[in-house]
Formats: sequence, structure tokens, C-alpha cells
Amino acid sequence: MSLPPFQVLLDTHGAVVHRFLVAAVGPIDADDCFQETFIAALRAYPELENGRNLRGWLLRIAQRKALDAHRAAARRAIPSDSLPDTDATPPAEPVDGESELWAQVRSLPEKQRMGVFLRSVAGFSYGDVAIALDCSQAAARRSVFEGLERLRKDWVT
Amino acid sequence: MTKLERHLIREARELRPGAPTIATLDELAARADAEGLVDVAYTQTDSPLGPLTIAATDAGLVTLAYPDRTVEQVLGQIAEKVSPRILELPARLDAVRQQLDEYFTGSRQRFDFPLDWRLAGDGFFGKILRAADEIDYGQTITYRQIAERAGNVKAVRAAGNGLGSNPIPIVVPCHRVVATGGGMGGYTGGVERKQYLLALERGEPELAPVA
Repeated sequence: MSLPPFQVLLDTHGAVVHRFLVAAVGPIDADDCFQETFIAALRAYPELENGRNLRGWLLRIAQRKALDAHRAAARRAIPSDSLPDTDATPPAEPVDGESELWAQVRSLPEKQRMGVFLRSVAGFSYGDVAIALDCSQAAARRSVFEGLERLRKDWVT
Repeated sequence: MTKLERHLIREARELRPGAPTIATLDELAARADAEGLVDVAYTQTDSPLGPLTIAATDAGLVTLAYPDRTVEQVLGQIAEKVSPRILELPARLDAVRQQLDEYFTGSRQRFDFPLDWRLAGDGFFGKILRAADEIDYGQTITYRQIAERAGNVKAVRAAGNGLGSNPIPIVVPCHRVVATGGGMGGYTGGVERKQYLLALERGEPELAPVA
């Protein structure tokens, strides 16, 4: 199967990638990450072997860009002589008018945050969540479940 | 679906409706272009013959398509035969758009932007199209004559097929090839458009658009 024109990819999946990035890094950094994601995708596009699950492919790139943004934020936040925290998650305070629930989503651990977003918001099948997270379907289910459990605990009380 | 999930979905929609913004997309396209990542730029331009899809590579204009073909069809063919790294980048087609506008108002007789002949083919069809490119504004020749100029006087039918496959009509003026004895012959965009272009080049005023 040949690859679709890149503009079609952008038109079809741009909104879900952007929404994912807003959930992952917050509305302020989402635009930058969005550009980084599609520039990286465009660079790699001709070498892709087939056009299957391009949405999952884009979201994996977006996930890496979100991680880069978190690391950069962590480096800015700590003294320069200490090592950057690679598991850094953004602060749970709401930014720019977003709700507390979203701030909580953003502060979930990586896989749970991705899983909750992809499954509950973007409506992915567990198979697609697994592809985007690069893990087994069972692990994808577990991440979604644990993420929702954690949110539920904070949200209900 | 749980109440929490419904809540998540609702909040996600409210978070940034209609995202990403046009400004973000424009910035992305400009940056991709500046970094040399766009192999094919395209846009649409209005004309008396309907909205035309035009696409260019670094080498030049590679396709001009009438609205009979959807943008998806046009881009799909380019993705397969040239490159899938295609983005909407009107700025890279400013010169083409401007010269087409001038042509349709009668103030331009030659296009002087470069062409990318990649989709025209190397065989007899390619020779036919290059021969068509040599016909001057306002002139017409017959299918027999163009077959002869392309090196095979007997291939009259193949000449017609070659012209019908023209990837860059209007600019490569296949409309200037007509049937022997005064008939119109066929045209990739329909005979009405061919008549329009020939009338335009004869200088006929007040032409009715063929959209």
C-alpha cells in the first residue's frame, strides 16, 4: 500500500495529535510540540515501509516530543549541577483556564496518561493503544485501568 | 463508558475547540518548506474554467488539474509517482497563479516559469507533449501534424491519447491541436473548455466561463 499525501495525514490526524499534546504537555507547549511532531514525521515519511496505522505512528512521535518537552522543563526547573529527572511529570496545577481534572491527567505517569487519553478521549481500540504505546494489549489495558483508577480516586473525593 | 470517561471527553472538547489553529498550521508549513522537507507544494487557484489544482516540485510545475478530478485524486497520483511529501503551500505557486491570471485576462501569451516533465512520460506520449509545448499562442495544428513532429506520422490516434494524458494542460497547450477539416477533436478538460481557450487566444471578448 502506498503512502497517502502528507497533507491528507495532517488534515486527518492533526486534531487528535494536537489534543493529545494539550493533554500531555498543557496548552502552552502543545503548539511547539505539534510542530516538532509533524516536522519529525515529514522527515521520516519517505522511509516508512507502509501506510498502516499512521495515526498510531504519529502519536508515538508526539509521545516522544512530549517527553522531550517534559525533560526540558525539568532541566529549567532544577539547579544546573544536578542531573535532569528523566521521569519528570509536569506540575498538577491547572494552566490557562484548564480544569483540575486535566491537570491531573497531565500529572499521571507517562503510560497511564497516554493510555487514558488514547482510550477514553481519542476513542482508540486497545489494539491501537498498544501500538501507540509500543506495548502488549494486556499492558495497554492495565495502563488505562490504572490511570482511570487514579483519576477516579482524586476526582470523586 | 464511566461517568469519569464522559467527563474526560467533554473536557477534552472544551480544552481547545478546532485545534490546531490556522496560525500553527501555517507556521508548520513554512518551517517544513524552509527545512527542505516539502517535495511537492500545491494549492488551488480560481479561473474562468473552474478552480484549478496546481502542484510544483523544485524543478517546476508538475501538474495542473481541472476540477473534474478531485484534489484527493490529483494528490494521490503525485504521491505515488513523485513523492508523498506533499503540503499545501500557496506561496511556492505565486508566480504560476499570477501568470495564469494574466493569461486568462488576455495579457500574457507565454508562461515563463519552469516545468517538471516527470509525469509526461519518456516515450511517444512525452514527445507529443513536448511538441505541443512548441505551438505558439493563437496557432493550431492537426493531430497528423503533431504526430509527424513527434517522429511518427502514422501514430495519429496515439498522438490524441498522448495529448489526452497531458499532466499540465493550459500551460502545455494541447488545446492547440485540432482535428483535420476544422473539427475540435477531444480535450482532457472537455471540448467546451478547449473552445474557450481557443476563443480566448483569438482575442474574442466577453467569453462565458466554463466552470
